[in-house]
Amino acid sequence: MKPEENFSAGVPIMDAEAIGRALRRIAHEIIERNPQLEGVVLAGIPSRGVEIARRIAGFIRETDKADVDTGVIDVAMHRDDVGTRRELPVVHASKLPVPLDDRTVVIVDDVLYTGRTVRAAMDAINSFGRPARIQLAVLVDRGHRELPIRPDYVGKNLPTATREQIQVCLQETDNEPDAVWLKRE
Amino acid sequence: MTTRLAHWTRKDLLGLRELTADEINFVLETTDAFKQVGTREIKKVPALRGKTLVNFFVEPSTRTRTSFELAAFRLSADVINISATTSSLTKGETLKDTARNLEALQADIIVLRHSSAGAPQFLASRLKASVINAGDGAHEHPTQALLDLYTIRERRGKIAGLHVAIIGDILFSRVARSNIFGLLKLGARVTLVGPSTLVPREFEKLGAEVSHKIEEILPTADVVNLLRIQHERQRREYFPGLGEYIRLFGLTKQRAKLLKPDCLIMHPGPINRGVEIDSEVADGLQSVILDQVTNGLAVRMAVLYLCGGIAT
Repeated sequence: MKPEENFSAGVPIMDAEAIGRALRRIAHEIIERNPQLEGVVLAGIPSRGVEIARRIAGFIRETDKADVDTGVIDVAMHRDDVGTRRELPVVHASKLPVPLDDRTVVIVDDVLYTGRTVRAAMDAINSFGRPARIQLAVLVDRGHRELPIRPDYVGKNLPTATREQIQVCLQETDNEPDAVWLKRE
Repeated sequence: MTTRLAHWTRKDLLGLRELTADEINFVLETTDAFKQVGTREIKKVPALRGKTLVNFFVEPSTRTRTSFELAAFRLSADVINISATTSSLTKGETLKDTARNLEALQADIIVLRHSSAGAPQFLASRLKASVINAGDGAHEHPTQALLDLYTIRERRGKIAGLHVAIIGDILFSRVARSNIFGLLKLGARVTLVGPSTLVPREFEKLGAEVSHKIEEILPTADVVNLLRIQHERQRREYFPGLGEYIRLFGLTKQRAKLLKPDCLIMHPGPINRGVEIDSEVADGLQSVILDQVTNGLAVRMAVLYLCGGIAT
């Protein structure tokens, strides 16, 4: 399939190689910022965040020979828009190593937009315990924050208009080649 | 296991008869997530914050009501309990008028137990609020069947292809009916066992098998679900006496030896020790009766979240 035929003729922003480079760079930055890597937990938001966290953990292992813990943090039951949607998606079970106290949790997601998902993720993490700090890693930051939230690790900054859509495809979760698409209305 | 259904769209849970297999699986998968919440340091999530749940129990119940109540607390909903003795139903108010009053209180979710089959449908079709059937007459008890399905799936990893024997008072049992619908939709084989007065051949029309000889069924069962003998519903002509029931259909220690070693023993509770099940069997290694209670809480959280969490 040619790239331009994918995602309803969206504009390709990143290909597999660019995604790989971005995640490898994030892995390096996480190593640099966290001298005690054994205290780090990469908590992915389903479903692409979980896959991205798995890949970052792989790059950290390659670079530093260190195994970092990974986890899953589902935010559906912590969202602030329950009761406003006519369709509810399936909720996944969260999975984090406990106790979380004194650890550094890195929330991992594919796209950062309003920040509401990240707020919900922080709320969910707190119900597991009291981590020493929470950081945020995203593949794409598209702007338009509605809450005072900023990422610590960014694969690509991409200024967008609100009517545009960003679609991340990953082989493992979407059964399509790795790519990031920008779709204009 | 991944579900094929992308979204939940129902505001009410009235019975398993009207749910598709995909919808049942959707609830079971959502239950996984809510069961996990029970293992957290803080076992409470804000999903239904600001919503009001009315536990409206026209028929007495302790375990189902408290299970719904705790589920609602864990979802941050506010809960009011109305029971038959405290409600104006005893003063002659009709169900429709009571419903209007509940609506005037801006109840978002109504959990209804009622002695009349169809009462939840009646409310659901008239109210904007979500209506959850917590047992209506001898009709359906969907959350009990969902927690039974969840417990089987958790212990055996699947439901399709398993042979489930439901033993006891099938005729008067809403638990049996909901279980029959759910189990058959998910591909299990169901055999109903009991005296011919309480297990008429009529049930074969639903797709279940019927047997009046427990010894013939026990050796091939993967799950036995024992129903409580409901003294309060029994009329003399259906039922010769407890002694004879125990002799013919009770799961005694002796009969339990006929079971496969990995056969699960279930009971919706409250159990009548020494009637439908011997004490030693109820407390034995094959018994998952207390797992059912724990899973009931998670199932009810999932159902309240799904039905109460969609915009109406």
